Amino acid sequence: MLALESGGGSSLLTWMTFLPLVGAIVITLLPGKARELHRTVALVTAAGPLVLAVKLFTSFDRGTADIQLWQQVAWIPSFNIQYFVGVDGISVTMILLTAFLSFLCIVASWNIDKHTKGYFALFLLLETGMMGVFIALDFFLFYVFWEIMLLPMYFLIGVWGGPRREYAAIKFFLYTLAGSVLMLLAMIALYLNVQDPATGGHTFNMLHMMNQANHGSWLLNPDIRHVLFLGLFIGFAIKVPIFPFHTWLPDAHVEAPTAVSVILAGVLLKMGTYGILRICYPMLPDAAAWFSYPLAILGAINIIYGACCAMAQTDMKKLVAYSSVSHMGYVLLGLAVFNEAGMTGAVLQMFNHGTITAMMFLMVGVIYDRAHHREINGFGGLGMVMPRYTSMFSLALFAALGLPGLSGFVGEALVFVGAFEVYRTVTIISGLGIIIGAAYVLWMLQRVFLGPLNEKYTELPEITTRELVSVVPIAVLVILFGVYPPPLINMIKQSLLHLIAQIPA
Amino acid sequence: MHEGSPAEFLRWIVLLPLIGFAINGLLNKRLPRAVSATVGVGSVAGAFVLSVMAFLKLRALPADERVLVDHLFSWIPVGELNIDAGLMVDPLSACMILLVTGVGSLIHLYSVGYMAKDEGFARFFAYLNLFVFAMLVLVLADSLPLLFVGWEGVGLCSYLLIGFWFQDLANSAAGKKAFVVNRVGDFGFLLGMFFIAEKLAGQVGDGNVLGFATMAAHPELLAPVATVAGLLLFLGATGKSAQIPLYVWLPDAMAGPTPVSALIHAATMVTAGVYMIARMNFLYVQTEVAMGVIAVVGLLTALVAATIALVQTDIKKVLAYSTVSQLGYMMLACGVGAFAVGIFHVLTHAFFKALLFLGAGSVIHAMHHEQDMRSMGGLRSVMPWTFRTMFVATLAIAGVFPFAGFFSKDEILYKAFLESPLLWVVGFAVAALTAFYMARLMVMTFFGENRADANTKSHLHESPLIMTAPLMVLAVLSVVGGWMGWPEFLGGSNWLHHWLEPVFAGVGAHGAEVVGHVAGATQGVATHAVDASHAADALHTGGHSVVTEWVLALASLSVALGSLWFGFTVYTRRQSVATQGQAFLGGAPHRLLSGKYFVDELYEYAIIRPIGWLSDNVLWRFVDAVIIDGLLVNGVARFLAMIGHVVRILQNGLVRWYAYSFAVGVFAMLIYLTRKGG
Repeated sequence: MLALESGGGSSLLTWMTFLPLVGAIVITLLPGKARELHRTVALVTAAGPLVLAVKLFTSFDRGTADIQLWQQVAWIPSFNIQYFVGVDGISVTMILLTAFLSFLCIVASWNIDKHTKGYFALFLLLETGMMGVFIALDFFLFYVFWEIMLLPMYFLIGVWGGPRREYAAIKFFLYTLAGSVLMLLAMIALYLNVQDPATGGHTFNMLHMMNQANHGSWLLNPDIRHVLFLGLFIGFAIKVPIFPFHTWLPDAHVEAPTAVSVILAGVLLKMGTYGILRICYPMLPDAAAWFSYPLAILGAINIIYGACCAMAQTDMKKLVAYSSVSHMGYVLLGLAVFNEAGMTGAVLQMFNHGTITAMMFLMVGVIYDRAHHREINGFGGLGMVMPRYTSMFSLALFAALGLPGLSGFVGEALVFVGAFEVYRTVTIISGLGIIIGAAYVLWMLQRVFLGPLNEKYTELPEITTRELVSVVPIAVLVILFGVYPPPLINMIKQSLLHLIAQIPA
Repeated sequence: MHEGSPAEFLRWIVLLPLIGFAINGLLNKRLPRAVSATVGVGSVAGAFVLSVMAFLKLRALPADERVLVDHLFSWIPVGELNIDAGLMVDPLSACMILLVTGVGSLIHLYSVGYMAKDEGFARFFAYLNLFVFAMLVLVLADSLPLLFVGWEGVGLCSYLLIGFWFQDLANSAAGKKAFVVNRVGDFGFLLGMFFIAEKLAGQVGDGNVLGFATMAAHPELLAPVATVAGLLLFLGATGKSAQIPLYVWLPDAMAGPTPVSALIHAATMVTAGVYMIARMNFLYVQTEVAMGVIAVVGLLTALVAATIALVQTDIKKVLAYSTVSQLGYMMLACGVGAFAVGIFHVLTHAFFKALLFLGAGSVIHAMHHEQDMRSMGGLRSVMPWTFRTMFVATLAIAGVFPFAGFFSKDEILYKAFLESPLLWVVGFAVAALTAFYMARLMVMTFFGENRADANTKSHLHESPLIMTAPLMVLAVLSVVGGWMGWPEFLGGSNWLHHWLEPVFAGVGAHGAEVVGHVAGATQGVATHAVDASHAADALHTGGHSVVTEWVLALASLSVALGSLWFGFTVYTRRQSVATQGQAFLGGAPHRLLSGKYFVDELYEYAIIRPIGWLSDNVLWRFVDAVIIDGLLVNGVARFLAMIGHVVRILQNGLVRWYAYSFAVGVFAMLIYLTRKGG
């Protein structure tokens, strides 16, 4: 169980989380035609959390696993529901990612002209939901934020998406809803069977739930614990997404507007693995150990299956979407082995996949805005007319295939090192993913950018400054955390060591 | 291994080319060509000066203290691994950095002339500098993971430079092939590293567990995984150093500009596998099995590639297969435990093969990018300097005394003989083939009548001084370069051998022990000791093997001369043979060789296509689309539609209504459960 940092008490997290909501409200009060104003308000209110997140990242005490900057206020006393927030190293990492990508996505959304009022308001609401998930320490609060994310996402895909947006949005909604229901049931079961040590009543307090001493007798039955774990896990697995719950992802991505894809792949998928780390593992550590091997196998399936499917794609966004399935497999494999290398690799991969895939989706968006299609075979030779764009996209692709020196490698390699000690065969099979990964990445690179220039695109304009502004900061992080990852590693170290210590061998 | 004296200037050896890359890469076409060239050449030349400094500093130290280190930062501080980023110069890496920056400078200089009219002038130098940076990281790395960073970095640059003229799809396809094939090797490399990491983690303290010094200090911990890790790392080496079964990318890599072929695909990057194995000698001496595999694979590669080289008509392809073949020699040397000799051949080969490629580039330059030797001929008079220097290189690669190749190749064959006469026989045959295909290349290119079209013919010219000057320097090196390993039986001191001794001290200790036990009773066992341990060496030279050395050397020399003479005679006398570039073998054998044993086709149909088909038709179109989406997801949706029209309601856009009712439901359920539970 995690302890609260003594001294405690801070409203920084609350500010960070609800600033976007304030922005969203302001935007809804503005006239519908004031597009520039909508954008500006969105940009400013997304800048706030980013500044605070950077402050949080730099000032966070890396020497302890304790919950920092916490805030605890009674919310619905009759059910002992609290507004209880706080962060450890893992959440800080995710918060930085969320604030960073949300801000850049506002920049990348500058050319959205359809219903800007609704778009930016929903986008900011989405940011509040995401931030809330990463700071919540009360399960009910966590669930509320989790559901808050769902609606803006549904509308952003369903209204601003591509031709099959309705189908994609409903598929996304139903899948996620199914996951939510499972999570809800498990949450209620935990609520009813975990005692608040102070009052003896029920509690949603996640720290209490993590303390096995508070678990009631019904909850001590291993079968029940396994079922609960499975329920929570499937709920989160759908978000990750883990095979076979992944088919909503390619559809959602293909139809979603660029910035929404970025958030979807960059942050939302991490909610799944974050949930596993924050809820499944610490609350039911024995069940986690019991499921370890199946989790590793699922990780391997994701890696290989996702990579193979990516190779078969002809739509750039679908390819990137399946590459996400593959890359999230690395996270799962690392999480399955409960050692420092594997877990560190998994969390690094969560962050790094967030930045790298964001870059890739932004880059696909750039070409889509110009050519109005994403057919890999419909391009060719773009390196001739858009050299800067080509370099930037190549950087993202090489990071995605795990080139050392770029951030993707560090996470993958650590996952392998950690997993290798525990499940050798599974790891060796997963390792084949690095070959298939290179194949689909380079094949796409070749078909889109190399070879003779497609005559249709001789006049294609080079990447603009605004587009560069949205992507260069990510590129900087991709290089920085590839060459020098210790700031990230040290950030999550104590939290992970603490978590690993909870899991029975 | 000595823990090393600190030397902070080492980082600048690596950083200078990186800065060159940044300048040319970021400013690109905004820079005047002269500036691009100055930055490109200057940064590598600067690194060369620093490398010489490192070498001199190293030489001033006592032999067993010859290690300079520059610790940079803690790279991946996780658990018991604690991977550091640090640089190290010992006698082995000193050789390599001198080679990379020295030959690299010459090739950069040459490129100023070769690429003078190219659109992507600055981009070319940016990539080339990036390559030198990565290669220097590879050879200066003080740990296996950092070596891997360089390993992948040079792979990236190789990809970028093979596909430098990317408008031509064949070039970019060749780049992709090189990268993906190398990834197969990387898979092995990584696994090998994991096996080692697993054995060392938690056993050797907290610091830089995969550092070479740490590993070398604990050979006994590596013993249980020596064979498996050794073989897996070797799989990595077969990728980078183009050995069977992963050599197929190198001939295609000739699609890159010729200076690239000279620098990356002949002199430096492709020798990385040999370097890595030599670096990991403390692992390999513990595994007879892996060593045997390396020796046999190396030898087979040498033979197979040499036979294919016999019938190629593209001048660069001949040289490419020749490179594969020579790399096989180097592997053979490592496989028989003669790491220092392998490195010796890395060095001499770098001189003469870089020269051959640059010479070929000079010819191609003059021939308006014609690479087919059937259209060449008679260039001797037009391009005297290109011819003379290439002729020197031919003598060197053929192994004529006292040219560079003689010394290294002869020593490899000698070591192979000591291991097994059979190895020697095959190696000897390869030497004969080598001299023959080189004679063929020289005759088809420089002798007889010129067979080019009239237009090309009228423009034939010798290359400018900026290109021929590097040729001349390399020609000198192709002569004297071998003298650093002038053997003791010929009255030399084999300087290189002694210089490298401290690096292979582990081999020495191991070997000396063996020698101590068997007291020279078994020739075969002592062989492993002979390379690194001076004591063991003295044992040999003092013994009866001096006669063997003489006999073998004379045999090598005669086969080189004989085969050269034979090749020259055949191809100068029979012009028709030369023009067709084939027919010497004729029929089925020729088809087999010119078809490169159809290995590419085998890989294509046995591996690549099945995987593609499986991914597309089974995994994606069937499992994803039919089973999961069709049967499960849509099935569930239909089921829901049946029972509650949920789907219809959602499609009407009433998600909001649904969400509200959902929230209400949640609360209702909560209240109910609380009452019941409480």
